[in-house]
Amino acid sequence: MARTTPKLPKSPTIDAVGLAERVARFKTRSIKMASKVSALRLALSMIDLTTLEGKDTPGKVRQLCRKAVCPDPADPSLPHVAAVCVYPTLVRVAKEALSGTEVRVASVATAFPSGQAEPGVRLDEIRYAVAEGADEIDMVISRGKFLCGEYAAVFDEIAACKEACGEAHLKVILETGELHTYDNVRHASDLAMEAGADFIKTSTGKVSPAATPEVTLVMLQAIQDFHARTGKMVGMKPAGGIRDAKTAVTFLVMVRETLGPAWLTPEWFRFGASTLTNDILMQLAKQRTGHYQSPLDFTND
Amino acid sequence: MSAKKKTRPPNPAAAHGGADDDFRLAEPYAPAPEATDHARIAPAYGLFINGAFVSAASGKRFATVNPATEETLSEVAEAEPADVDKAVAAARKAFGPWNRLKASERGKYLFRIARLLQERAREFAVIESMDGGKPIRESRDFDVPQAAAHFFYHGGWADKLEYAFPGRKASPVGVAGQIIPWNFPLLMAAWKIAPALACGNTVVLKPAESTPLTALKLAELTADAGLPPGVVNIITGAGETGSALVNHPGIDKIAFTGSTEVGKQIQRAVAATGKRHTLELGGKAAHIIFEDAPLDQAVEGIVNGIFFNQGHVCCAGSRLLVQEGVAGTVVAKLRRRMETLVLGDPLDKNTDIGAINSRAQLERIEALVRAGVEEGARIHQSGQKLPEKGYWFRPTIFTETAQSHRITREEIFGPVLSIMTFRTPDEAIEKANNTPYGLSGGVWTDKGAKIFGVTGALRAGVLWANTFNKFDPTSPFGGYKESGLGREGGLHGLAAYVNLSR
Repeated sequence: MARTTPKLPKSPTIDAVGLAERVARFKTRSIKMASKVSALRLALSMIDLTTLEGKDTPGKVRQLCRKAVCPDPADPSLPHVAAVCVYPTLVRVAKEALSGTEVRVASVATAFPSGQAEPGVRLDEIRYAVAEGADEIDMVISRGKFLCGEYAAVFDEIAACKEACGEAHLKVILETGELHTYDNVRHASDLAMEAGADFIKTSTGKVSPAATPEVTLVMLQAIQDFHARTGKMVGMKPAGGIRDAKTAVTFLVMVRETLGPAWLTPEWFRFGASTLTNDILMQLAKQRTGHYQSPLDFTND
Repeated sequence: MSAKKKTRPPNPAAAHGGADDDFRLAEPYAPAPEATDHARIAPAYGLFINGAFVSAASGKRFATVNPATEETLSEVAEAEPADVDKAVAAARKAFGPWNRLKASERGKYLFRIARLLQERAREFAVIESMDGGKPIRESRDFDVPQAAAHFFYHGGWADKLEYAFPGRKASPVGVAGQIIPWNFPLLMAAWKIAPALACGNTVVLKPAESTPLTALKLAELTADAGLPPGVVNIITGAGETGSALVNHPGIDKIAFTGSTEVGKQIQRAVAATGKRHTLELGGKAAHIIFEDAPLDQAVEGIVNGIFFNQGHVCCAGSRLLVQEGVAGTVVAKLRRRMETLVLGDPLDKNTDIGAINSRAQLERIEALVRAGVEEGARIHQSGQKLPEKGYWFRPTIFTETAQSHRITREEIFGPVLSIMTFRTPDEAIEKANNTPYGLSGGVWTDKGAKIFGVTGALRAGVLWANTFNKFDPTSPFGGYKESGLGREGGLHGLAAYVNLSR
């Protein structure tokens, strides 16, 4: 399992002030009319509808799956979301509920959210989730090791997880809220991509701050540099803290202007969110009817 | 296992619903134009003399056009020497009472002007974009707020001059003749008028002939603020009007912002007249990117440095010096970024690159770019579609340039960047200083010591580290060498409008 760390290109440094300025400029983009509707529909199709709580039950997961397939019963023309994300023990329930649909099942694993478990246990959890039918695995990196400078260990851990995934896609959660500096986020992104990540993901959703636009932009620029260097596309998933449609559209603008339109599909970009869904539905209904509907008109699942 | 990625079959979700069939983010953003119905532009403006608009003695007028549409926005009076006489006389008459006014009262007028500017910010931003071609994002977020900030800042100084110049008595210079350029019409008017008034001077200001409207709107605003007649006089016209103002014997001080060529003429004209003068002239700023710079932010800095206001910026970062090890990366990133700039209608909120200010300026930019190609530099232009009407120029960079190329030596005043590489910090400093200009410069590096080492060796009046084109009323602005003399803004800017005695 252990492998030698390849010679990685030195990660560039990040200037936090310049980064915040760039984000502020993205926020001034005014997305209206046709652009707004298509952006909202696209954002909906990119959502990983998530429930990751100790109190999750099979019934709750089945309801969530129904919502994933048909987000707004009042508008069947809307796309389904990209995936449903659950704990490994509920993968089978989700898989059954989603059979015959194109919605994927994602599972967190590797002792989510802390990652504080013995490496073998963490890999076994991936294998279990894949065996239960997970299409995608969301792993967490060992932030403790990363912060001690044990970068090779983190690299090896991600590579081992990728191997354990088999055909399932691997999303690597950096938990940026615990990495504290943008330089760390950039370095962790580079490590994860070199180690074989299919996606890099900001956060577990259990730590604040989570997916800020700034941290997401750092990761998008890392993906862009990796693509320029290797020709390989890596996906991006901001997760946690994106609650309203307007913020989601800003993220899409960032993707469009940083990585280009090729990344603007659910194959390469996801939102890890749950409350975001209903705000997008409400905004789409507003665009369709000209009026804001009551929040009670949208289902809470 | 290998870290190599295999190609994956596309996610079926990608082919579903809104994901790709009506997906328009791959296309330009839908139009998001700022409304113009609230902007009041009179069909014609006279000269603002002694608190009222009056016709030019000759009755002559000239048109001011919208450079994005080539449509005439309004007609303004052309001031001739007789009109300049009237304006200077009005300013002279107003000077005594204005100077004797309690300083805190003078400050109140400035605060009032600042607040009115904020209240009418949208109208000023829209008119600035219509008359000058700059993107509404810039006029809204930069020009107008900065103009208000200058009035606020100087309003604060009005009754505190004894603290600005401790141990000395500051008295006003008298009547200031002020000539401003077309790149930041309102902001330059604020830079000139605010410190002059704070120190107790009165002014005769001439805006550029292609962008007179916001200065004339500001004239209306000063009247609305109740400013005593004659304290601010605004006369319109071209070079001859400016020349009449410079040579008028009733002027005590000339403040000029514009080209180095005209600046030299002014300095010759005021030689031995006793007229004080400050000149803020051209530039060819070196923007230095070291290998250890935060590259993505540096690329953004380069974009702000040269494409801000279509490059119509005297302190634009128009000579890029990139350390060899990252030159390829920086140019590749810059070229990608240039493609994402939105070029077009200045009133669209998403526009990054507006119209070139005038046909004459467009022709000058085109001529210099042709010279760059002919002299052997390699040109890269972004691929934006240009509108059919109006004056436009695509973001342009030159690589493989030499110090001897015209595009590296001459101020282009357009969205055109010359890129050179360097190996060592000493070489960067030598190349950066190898110019008759010395207005501004920038350095990008992750090392604090290098910032201080390099900026200390650069001969330029304004230097930025890990950022570019940042402005604040508290910060003095001005050049070395042929970029001018005197400073505007901050304490140093105040000094240009007072006579000091013990």
